Amino acid sequence: MIILNKKFNEIEKNISKIQKVKGRSLWHDARVRFFKNKAAVVSLTTLFLVLLFSFLGPIFAKWSNEEIDWSVLGDISTLGYPSIETGHYFGTDELGRDLFSRVIQGTKISLMVGIVGALIAVVVGTIYGATAGYFGGRIDSIMMRIVDILMSIPYMFVLILLLVIFGRSILMLFIGIGLVSWLDMARIVRGQTLSIKKKEYVEAAITIGVSHFTIIRRHIIPNLLGVVAVYATLLVPGMILTESFISFLGLGVQEPNTSWGALISEGAGTMRYGTLWQLLFPLFFFVISLFSFFFIGDGLRDALDPKDR
Amino acid sequence: MINFILKRISIAIPTILILIIISFILMHSAPGGPFTSEKPLPEQVLKNINAKYGLDQPMYIQMYNYITGIIFNFDFGPSFRYKDRSVNDLIAQGFPVTLKYGSWSFIIAVFFGVSLGVIAAIRQNSYLDYLSVGFSVSAQVLPNFVMAPILVLIFTLWLGWLPGGGWEGGKIQFVIMPVIALSTSYMASIARLTRSSMLEVLNSNFIRTARAKGIPKYKIIFSHALKPTLLPVISYLGPAFVGMITGSVVIDMYFSTGGIGLHFVNGALNRDYSTIMGITILIGCLTITFNLLVDIIYAWIDPKIRYDS
Amino acid sequence: MFAELIFYSFLAILSMIKSLFAFLIFCIIEGLLTFGGNMKKLFSLLFSVSFFILSTNTYAGSHSHPVTGEKLAADQTFTYWHGDEHSSHDPQILEDTYGSNIARDLFEGLLNQDADGNLIPGVAETWSANDSKDVYTFNLRKNAKWSNGDPITAHDFVYAWQRAVDPATASPYSWFMEIMSIKNGGEVISGDVPPSDLGVKALDDYTFQVELTASLPYFAAMTTHATTFPTHKATIEAHGSDWTKPENMVSNGAYMLTEHVINERLVRERNPMYWDNDNTILEKVVVLVIPDENQGLTRYLAGELDQGPVPAGQYKKLKAEYPEQATSFPRLCNYYYTFNLSETGIEAFQDVRVRKAMAYAIDRNVITEDILQAGQTPAYTFTPGSTAGFDVPKVAFSKMTQPERDAMAVSLMEEAGYGKDNPLSFTMIYNTSESHKKIATVMAQMWKQKLGINATMENTEWKTFLDIRGKQDFEIARGAWCGDYNEASTFLDLLTSPSGYNDGKYSNASVDQLMTEAKTSSDSSKLYTTVERILAAEMPVIPIYHYAGVFMLNSQIKGWPYDNVEQNWYSRNFYKVAK
Repeated sequence: MIILNKKFNEIEKNISKIQKVKGRSLWHDARVRFFKNKAAVVSLTTLFLVLLFSFLGPIFAKWSNEEIDWSVLGDISTLGYPSIETGHYFGTDELGRDLFSRVIQGTKISLMVGIVGALIAVVVGTIYGATAGYFGGRIDSIMMRIVDILMSIPYMFVLILLLVIFGRSILMLFIGIGLVSWLDMARIVRGQTLSIKKKEYVEAAITIGVSHFTIIRRHIIPNLLGVVAVYATLLVPGMILTESFISFLGLGVQEPNTSWGALISEGAGTMRYGTLWQLLFPLFFFVISLFSFFFIGDGLRDALDPKDR
Repeated sequence: MINFILKRISIAIPTILILIIISFILMHSAPGGPFTSEKPLPEQVLKNINAKYGLDQPMYIQMYNYITGIIFNFDFGPSFRYKDRSVNDLIAQGFPVTLKYGSWSFIIAVFFGVSLGVIAAIRQNSYLDYLSVGFSVSAQVLPNFVMAPILVLIFTLWLGWLPGGGWEGGKIQFVIMPVIALSTSYMASIARLTRSSMLEVLNSNFIRTARAKGIPKYKIIFSHALKPTLLPVISYLGPAFVGMITGSVVIDMYFSTGGIGLHFVNGALNRDYSTIMGITILIGCLTITFNLLVDIIYAWIDPKIRYDS
Repeated sequence: MFAELIFYSFLAILSMIKSLFAFLIFCIIEGLLTFGGNMKKLFSLLFSVSFFILSTNTYAGSHSHPVTGEKLAADQTFTYWHGDEHSSHDPQILEDTYGSNIARDLFEGLLNQDADGNLIPGVAETWSANDSKDVYTFNLRKNAKWSNGDPITAHDFVYAWQRAVDPATASPYSWFMEIMSIKNGGEVISGDVPPSDLGVKALDDYTFQVELTASLPYFAAMTTHATTFPTHKATIEAHGSDWTKPENMVSNGAYMLTEHVINERLVRERNPMYWDNDNTILEKVVVLVIPDENQGLTRYLAGELDQGPVPAGQYKKLKAEYPEQATSFPRLCNYYYTFNLSETGIEAFQDVRVRKAMAYAIDRNVITEDILQAGQTPAYTFTPGSTAGFDVPKVAFSKMTQPERDAMAVSLMEEAGYGKDNPLSFTMIYNTSESHKKIATVMAQMWKQKLGINATMENTEWKTFLDIRGKQDFEIARGAWCGDYNEASTFLDLLTSPSGYNDGKYSNASVDQLMTEAKTSSDSSKLYTTVERILAAEMPVIPIYHYAGVFMLNSQIKGWPYDNVEQNWYSRNFYKVAK
């Protein structure tokens, strides 16, 4: 008995050791793989710098985002150019407002829209998808049918309608974007859940009689994280692009607030009149940030993908 | 298969109904009406107009009349904005336009996107790969409302090769710029999707086996790898198609092509209830049909998918 | 490399197969379109052949203008810009300037305007009124024809005018017939009497008589308005609302509609049946609808348009670059912000000192010269100075310099009890538009910097804006008004208490009384000046600037009526000279 017990203990120890090592190594490996991906690392740094810019930029700004520089107003194309002396590092917009401050402010709004939109998608989509996938059967088919129906609605049109009816505000933008962004996520999560559900460890857990909630929390969700993380990263640029389209239509945030989309569409309108900086600066931040999100998403997917590359 | 199609059609009908009801209620709850104007109309005049368009009736009767009008006469009602045109007229005139540049964009996006993606994948990590990845990411993040004026600037103002807008019944020189502006970002998405999917397939066991058997490279790619590669691309076609219809707003605005995109946005802004409803229904039906088509093609390529489940 | 090339082409074929379905549908549509297009071509060919036969005397061949002797361009096409599709070109249905521009070419009413805005004969050769000016008689010319060859008679006018007030037509401009004071006009609109009871009749085929309920000296001038244009009864009865489509349309103007694609273009071509066709020089007039102003300008500069827009703030530069093409002239429109003086407004605005301070603190020169930059004039009165018979009063604040005004504003605000420690806050609303946004931003900044006011800007799209403003659900709102006719009362009536357009709900008994007096007074201009003085003292609205008409016009196009303040132009008066 004692010997047996000893052996048992040893095995137990070993098992826990193995589990520990394995558990750490999965994420560890992913991290190693991710940091080997040059594009992803550069992107992560870029994104970090953009964030830093949006938080530290105001310290260097000589003008606020709504102050008008009366001395340049009226002749922007010859006086409003980017210059260190005047304090307009990025030049001014059509109204003599400092583009540096406005880009900082736009960056905050756009990133917020992107991240909040993705967050809604992650929370709602994961819960919805995991529930549908885990319970399966009739619940699943009803829940997925609802997703199908919602997906056939031309959402951009509904979003336009919503903004027209309830007036423009950041909150409405979040609601509008959040309403639809979770649909894809729900589908993906459901698919993933279906395959996880068939795994032995889940079946074992069910046999032992572990509660549904615990299984979802302990086994399903952790195994979904990879897919969710990848997809969420790729959702952010989508959200930002949607916001820019809405701004282009003139349904974006209220003045004096602004966003990348609003700045770019203003800049694109006047690009022929000798004020190209009004397009280039916001476009630069827009492009590099979206670039970064894409490459980080790709990097994450490659890193978390269990398949060998 | 037939069962599956029937099932899909059976959800389509309630979907459209829900869509009609939602947009009807949304639209009618918007502040202001189709006949609100800067110089408010005298009460009696407004009353006559409301009577003419049936707006003096309770909402449920309006909705009932609207829906029965569509079902029995295929009549989407008169436009409230273009007072001597019906919504049927507007769609008959605008939809072929949108369909024409939309289909061209779609074909070009798929054709070049897939080609670009495959080339990038088989030449992974070569300059060709970097070039194509770089191109696709930048094209994907460049909003078409920036691209459209740039195109016009180059091809119309500087080179004088193409007319800056108009449609004239769809002569080729009027179609080129709208198609470029609309297709580029989808082409880029498809290219990225194809590349990563192709890479995955090329690393799978059956390709390794084929390679080991000494089958020539192009034959492997063409007859073995391409089919599975295209699966994720095909499932992207649904959203891409809907995105293009949405993007037509920008195209109609910049190139004055006269498609249905502008009708929708103007309809929402002008409270042209019937036009909005008509176009929402049209886009909804298209979305459903297209998603169905995509699913059928998917099943045709990948017989593993079981539809009866 | 070769292998890759083959692969590439294989791939091409394959991906084509994959999108087979889309492609098939596409082919079918393409086929249908081509078929449709060919039918259209056939039609237009037939049309042009018939034109060729019908139009014998045109100036395209003679190459010089019959009066000025200028050498004419071979291609007499005038292409111009519209920022939005017009709502209709049915004379009794249309309601916007764009639609009126088109209708003036397609139709001809009793009277026309010349380049200075004076009345000249149209379908009516002569006209007269009785002594009490409440019965007008128009003698129609006998050679006027519809585009299908039917003669135009007084019955056509009777039909059109009855149609305009008929409740079944539901014309948005039927109120215009009411302000024309035609007998039974209001009763017909409200459905109390049938349209046939309207006070218009055809004494014979070529004599049209109108009976008014009141003496109206300027009645004849009102018949240049598009709502009063004749329409062809048989066509309307045959086609219903489809009669305005090019294939159905019958009209009596110098041009007839040949093509209309919503949101893209509208083409009208010479009407050989027009009675004065011999003196028409332009062969073809094309409207291109381009919603984006910058895009419109680009296409103008690329030579696709003869008349194009000038985006806000670009006029100065364009004028320097194209001095002969950039054009600016005063318009009969004002731009203002109105305080909400009703109960729903905020209390601070009931204090005249606050209102005055806010009006004084706006540096209008910055707005007109630095932002709009296109010849707009700073406004210190509600009525534009270019209005006929209006002497611009030297109201107090127009005489001061801006620093004086600023100082005055600061002291007024202090008196009213607002300052840095007790700042005034409110929301200003305007409708979505690039230039409204610019002006609102500048105003908010001026108030903030000079008076410490916190103005929150809120822009809503047009219909919501109108709804909010009409319900007095605002604190201070943008407004603009374009004169319906060239007289100060068209502006000042807006600020009288009974006016339906008085969204600020300003009410002053002496203003009401002066405006009533002005209606019958022989020297109304003095009364208007007095009203303006009251307005300057009470400041119910903040006048900002008076509009200018600004556009790019190809210097080859001659005959634009710049001196017509209402900007009623007729394409048949234009001609294109050779380069």
